[in-house]
Amino acid sequence: MPATSYEAVMSAEPDTPGRLLDVRDLHVEFRTRDGVARAVNGVNYTVDAGETLAVLGESGSGKSVTAQAVMGILDMPPGRITGGEILFRGQDLLTMREDERRKIRGAGMAMIFQDALSSLNPVLSVGDQLGEMFVVHQGLSRKDAKARAVELMDRVRIPAAKERVGQYPHQFSGGMRQRIMIAMALSLEPDLIIADEPTTALDVTVQAQVMDLLAELQRELDMGLILITHDLGVVADVADKIAVMYAGRIVETAPVHDIYSAPAHPYTKGLLESIPRLDQKGQELYAIKGLPPNLMHIPPGCAFNPRCPMAQDVCRTDVPPLYEVNEQRGSACHFWEAAIHG
Amino acid sequence: MAEAILEVRDLVKHYPLTRGILFKKHVGAVKAVDGVDVELFAGETLGIVGESGCGKSTLAKMLVHLERPTAGTIRYKGEDITTLSGRALKAVRRNIQMVFQDPYTSLNPRMTVGDIVGEPYEIHPEVAPKGSRRQKVQELLDVVGLNPEYINRYPHQFSGGQRQRIGIARGLALRPEVIVADEPVSALDVSVQAQVINLLDKLQSEFSLSYVFIAHDLSIVRHISDRVGVMYLGRIVEIGRDAEIYDHPTHPYTQALLSAVPVPDPQAREHRERIILTGDVPSPTNIPSGCRFRTRCWKAQERCAREVPLLAVPPHLESVEGPARHPSACHFAEEKHVVPSGPAAGDGGTGGAKSL
Repeated sequence: MPATSYEAVMSAEPDTPGRLLDVRDLHVEFRTRDGVARAVNGVNYTVDAGETLAVLGESGSGKSVTAQAVMGILDMPPGRITGGEILFRGQDLLTMREDERRKIRGAGMAMIFQDALSSLNPVLSVGDQLGEMFVVHQGLSRKDAKARAVELMDRVRIPAAKERVGQYPHQFSGGMRQRIMIAMALSLEPDLIIADEPTTALDVTVQAQVMDLLAELQRELDMGLILITHDLGVVADVADKIAVMYAGRIVETAPVHDIYSAPAHPYTKGLLESIPRLDQKGQELYAIKGLPPNLMHIPPGCAFNPRCPMAQDVCRTDVPPLYEVNEQRGSACHFWEAAIHG
Repeated sequence: MAEAILEVRDLVKHYPLTRGILFKKHVGAVKAVDGVDVELFAGETLGIVGESGCGKSTLAKMLVHLERPTAGTIRYKGEDITTLSGRALKAVRRNIQMVFQDPYTSLNPRMTVGDIVGEPYEIHPEVAPKGSRRQKVQELLDVVGLNPEYINRYPHQFSGGQRQRIGIARGLALRPEVIVADEPVSALDVSVQAQVINLLDKLQSEFSLSYVFIAHDLSIVRHISDRVGVMYLGRIVEIGRDAEIYDHPTHPYTQALLSAVPVPDPQAREHRERIILTGDVPSPTNIPSGCRFRTRCWKAQERCAREVPLLAVPPHLESVEGPARHPSACHFAEEKHVVPSGPAAGDGGTGGAKSL
């Protein structure tokens, strides 16, 4: 019996205790004038309560599109989910009616976007925007909603919340705006937060403040967190496990400590070697040759093969499955054993 | 060391804030750059780091004469070029070229690559006679690692990394001595960034260039720079050789900045000390008295509000031998180790540093 109502989902007990999200074999494509861009090609990942999953990838790797499909905010058309399941608390979101999904957004899962200035409405005060969640989802009066907005702003440590609740987004600094985005996502205390490059637009000192706040709130509320980023440093600081994406697939997944000490995929390895170090001056940097593939013409076989230093004939013909490296790790490379040791 | 090729003294750029339409009344100024002293020596790379709004891009624009300084001097090989104009300015500009941040907006979409890279020759025809230009452009494309046959293509036919190579080729066209690069890799993906950094490295030795390399990514700056200056609110607060700044920082702002950089080594996250600064950078229209960092500094005392600390070796570090002895604009400068050291390079460890 598919549970299709919001209440049924929120009270459902998943098969694995604590499992919040289970994405299975998700496929997303975009129909464009020039052809079909296959943005997500069979992504699997899970997130448990209190856990932080970092999804790492370059632009065009499909990391944000996957997240948008999970949130149900993918632009369709041109986007189309062509296969797979997204199980939230064990129930498939993709078969659910739109009005039921809408209730899950905000209360069950919420998203923090990269660019706070363009994600906030410039003509509404931040108090109105924060309070809107309570008005829509809980039917509070505007006055009560405003009081709750002040509480939220306090919670994300915006100084003088009472005085600033009536101000507009442009009156806040970048770091403060990102705090407002976090407050908005937290307002209904969701189980799962998806943060899409939450600190990319911020300076390092402010980035440290915001990441600290996010980690603390996550611990406090025992939320699951999906952190989408291209920054290997941020990942190492906060993640429990990592999924590395390339051309719409997960090429490596592992607990955070393992991936940095012994990457099992040549792409991950190349990424780690190509970044300069803060603690010493390096020689010439290792550079992955070539460019990320065009999603309309993904190379046959392993998508990474034209750029891979280890590529053999089999890589040009057979798509590598996600091989099991050990119980917790997987690598989509035919030669993962050589990669991990070499 | 060799003679300074660029010498900047007390450089200031204030943008006036006015009110009213007909009778413009001055109501203040945005102090983007507020007294910078720095020199660039032949063949070296000077890195400038700082957060957004610290004035690093304004400094870059003044170095290439895209902005006129409000006060101060810029000397090129001893000659004051601050107020040059006309033919004299044009001659100097040939030797100081710029590479811009955003390869998507700094190339004219209606011009072919050949026109873009060859345009400097239109302005300085003495460098290359008309007949030889096409060949020169093709040579340049080859030097920066692009196929010379792409000369008739348009910018939109290239990826971000390739476009940045076009921007670099344009900067090289006049065989300048100095290249000012303002965030040249920050718009690029991680795997492409390394390619462009290696290219800049290669070109430096090939054409004996001096670089002013401006970026907010501290790891990249360390990788490419011989000396590094740290800017805060329009001033350089600390400057020195790369190891002096990164391994032996003495200014509290540099220490906070370095400690905030996420390091791609999960081992480091438990036992590293982080200095989390409180508050935001003050507005450049209203700079705090005395030391401009004091509003966010955990060491600030009464003296910091009264006395502007000068960029010099602090008196109490004067007698110290070793890397802590370098210019730092802080009354209470003190060495503090903040960058955790990862596995040594060359041991097969893959712990790189930092991001993007």
